[in-house]
Amino acid sequence: MYRLIESILIPVMALLLSLLVFSVFIMLSGSNALEVLATIYRGAFGSWFSWQNTLVRAAPLMLTALCTALPARIGLINIGGEGAMVVGGLCAAVVGISMNGMSPMVVMSAMVITGMLTAGCWVAMIGALKHYRNVNETISSLLLNYIAIAIMSFLILGPMRDPATLNNPSSFPIGEANMIGNIGESSIHWGLVFGLVVCIALWFLMRRTSFGFAVDMTGGNIRAAQISGLGVGKLIIITCFLAGAATGIAGVIEVAAVHGRANLSLNSGYGYAGILVAFLARHNPLAIIPVAILMGGIRASSGLLQRGFDLPDATTLVLQGIIFIVILASESLYGRIKWLRPMAVRHG
Amino acid sequence: MSTAMPYALEAIGISKYFAGVHALDNVSIKLVEGSFHALLGENGAGKSTLVKCIMGYYQPDEGQVLFGFHQQEISSPHQALMLGIGMVYQHFTLIPNMTVAENIIMSRPQLPAIINWKKEMAALRQRMEDMPFAVSLDAPVTALSAGEKQKVEIIKQLLLDTKVLILDEPTSVLTPTEADEVLGKIKELTRGNGLSVLLITHKFREVMNFADEVTVLRKGKYSGTEKVAGTNPHKLSEMMIGRELAESSIERTQSTEQTPLLSIRDLVVSNDHGADIIEGLRMDIRGGEIVGVAGVSGNGQRELMQVFSGQRDKQAGNILVHGEQYSATREEMRRFKLHCLPEEPLKNACVANMSVADNLVFRRFDRAPFAWRRWLIKRRKIRQHAQELIERFSIKTPGTDNPVGNLSGGNVQRTVLARELADDVSVLIVANPCFGLDFAAVEDIHKLIMKARNNGAAVLLISEDLDEILKLSDRLHVISDGKLVHESTPAEADLAMIGRCMAGHGVDHDNEY
Repeated sequence: MYRLIESILIPVMALLLSLLVFSVFIMLSGSNALEVLATIYRGAFGSWFSWQNTLVRAAPLMLTALCTALPARIGLINIGGEGAMVVGGLCAAVVGISMNGMSPMVVMSAMVITGMLTAGCWVAMIGALKHYRNVNETISSLLLNYIAIAIMSFLILGPMRDPATLNNPSSFPIGEANMIGNIGESSIHWGLVFGLVVCIALWFLMRRTSFGFAVDMTGGNIRAAQISGLGVGKLIIITCFLAGAATGIAGVIEVAAVHGRANLSLNSGYGYAGILVAFLARHNPLAIIPVAILMGGIRASSGLLQRGFDLPDATTLVLQGIIFIVILASESLYGRIKWLRPMAVRHG
Repeated sequence: MSTAMPYALEAIGISKYFAGVHALDNVSIKLVEGSFHALLGENGAGKSTLVKCIMGYYQPDEGQVLFGFHQQEISSPHQALMLGIGMVYQHFTLIPNMTVAENIIMSRPQLPAIINWKKEMAALRQRMEDMPFAVSLDAPVTALSAGEKQKVEIIKQLLLDTKVLILDEPTSVLTPTEADEVLGKIKELTRGNGLSVLLITHKFREVMNFADEVTVLRKGKYSGTEKVAGTNPHKLSEMMIGRELAESSIERTQSTEQTPLLSIRDLVVSNDHGADIIEGLRMDIRGGEIVGVAGVSGNGQRELMQVFSGQRDKQAGNILVHGEQYSATREEMRRFKLHCLPEEPLKNACVANMSVADNLVFRRFDRAPFAWRRWLIKRRKIRQHAQELIERFSIKTPGTDNPVGNLSGGNVQRTVLARELADDVSVLIVANPCFGLDFAAVEDIHKLIMKARNNGAAVLLISEDLDEILKLSDRLHVISDGKLVHESTPAEADLAMIGRCMAGHGVDHDNEY
């Protein structure tokens, strides 16, 4: 029980502290901190309109957060969400463009499956490099991000470029019919449903199945997993694959629900923000949902801040960064809050 | 204050509570200046807690520590160090990739910002002449054997002009010969140099051979202080566990099994650096037989264990169970009923932040009744199962959901034993099962291993404790440099020969200095 209280209390306190630090930053830049915070709230959750904005941004965050959260459960610190999203989106676009004209249902499914498979393999590669060649997964995932982005730039600015797109270079369109539409009358696309379903499904897999149990064992102590005969390499690769596949969907959404083509916005920082979401949610797929909505809200309020206070676009990034640092620092508090902890058992 | 009191250190009426648990209850200990004093007690008796109170890691809730005739608040280990109280820990605190000299110099409490190495080294070399042991100052710590590391730890303390030296089970990582040498030299120091020594131990042999006085703790309470000359192990064991230990009487049934159950064929294993540490090992073990592998640590025992536990790949050779290949997969472990009890169970066989209940089902969580269709975990069944095992193996834990990392060392070991020995066992691989455990626990563990053997299991017992091997084995091998260099039975064992084989190629690096 105290573990649950702790896992809620510490992130909440950390969030409050980051807001405090952020306020100091705002005051230094000459604005009224309270007004700015109130504006962020209005921009994120103040009206149905801002809720829609928030949820549209939360959907990809839920998926990219899984790219860090799942590998973290098995002991890997993977920051390759950005690259996986790019790879998934790009490959889905290739499939979508080349299958244009076939039944939309088929095209859409093919895009989703392609995005999942390619991004899954991309991240599985990080796991395999780590397990079989002992390559540091944080470094390799970061470097693979650059490779993915470079490949995307090459294709979108080169062979795949639609000459009609001048200001915002993009690939050829996948076709209006093949787009994943919005939910009802709202401006929220179906990507949100993907995000929710995948998060819940992976939470179930991690917390309620023998697969998740084996992942926890491996992440907790790889030697204990080995002595129980678990195929550790296979577990790592499958977990990384699932993480990548989830993130691949985020890329597919960006292509098939937002832009209708692949463009450089695939690389707009959702992957990196996902790292923050994962840590804030303590790598629990279910906790990722509310945290992603919170972060989506902060991103959604960015425009309002620019217009209302003449604050730079990067202000919300500063807030994100502050939250990230404070959350990472608060990790060291777990199990150390004396008045929360029941009897200490270890002695003698 | 009278200066006539001959005590170097007194702790009077110390009590310490941990959230309702009485770890120490009104315990006193008086260390006569220039004496060798042993602090004896089972695991969890409060020995470490008492010493931590003296060293300033904990503040006692009641009582006082008197050092050098003055009541002394010791609020931190650093302060204890400044007062001349030094401590050698059970586990090494040396930095492996630095040299011996660097480790020694670095441990000084007040180190100048810029170190004049030339001057320091010259001073160090000079002072080393007075030291009881010779060690090579320029050797990196990684190159030292366990015995040498322990010597460096002690030298480190002596060079700080320590007046009271506290040793926390310093011999648990040493061979008997090394232990005797280290303790013997320390005893000499107490005679000549006025050093006072407090030795925490649970080995009677060390108390009887080296100590002048002994204080015994039992379950956090003071149970008496005796002059060693006027006592005997029986009396001490009575003080320590409240009843006299029955002479070890572990029943051993005769097995008629002739065909080998477990065979190792030309096994080659490499160590962490890629060098072959086991080269062409061959061995056969029949059902109902315990085969002991004795040897000084670092001769391939750990790597041999790891091949069985799936923590290391073999380079060549075969392991056969019932004539079939074994390659440490989960399926094979289950089919062959092969179980491993590695040393350091918390590090090698448990997940510290998972619950006791979870740790107890590591081998079976993906099978009925713990998983529906091998897929959905049933937490209720796992808890029930844990409850049974906790009672059957007397694991002391606040509950099934408590993280196993919060348990004491002995109870972690019991948790692993419960997991590995509760079911049918047909092959059992054991490594140093009794490291750092108390008498009663050792006896329990030996009984469990013998029971598995009597039920027809083939047991491979890898241990650095020769007494344990002589007590349990049907046959024994000596391993040296990754090879089996001697075979014998406990009845026909020639201890001198075994000792020579154990030392075998283990050239001592002591004499470079």
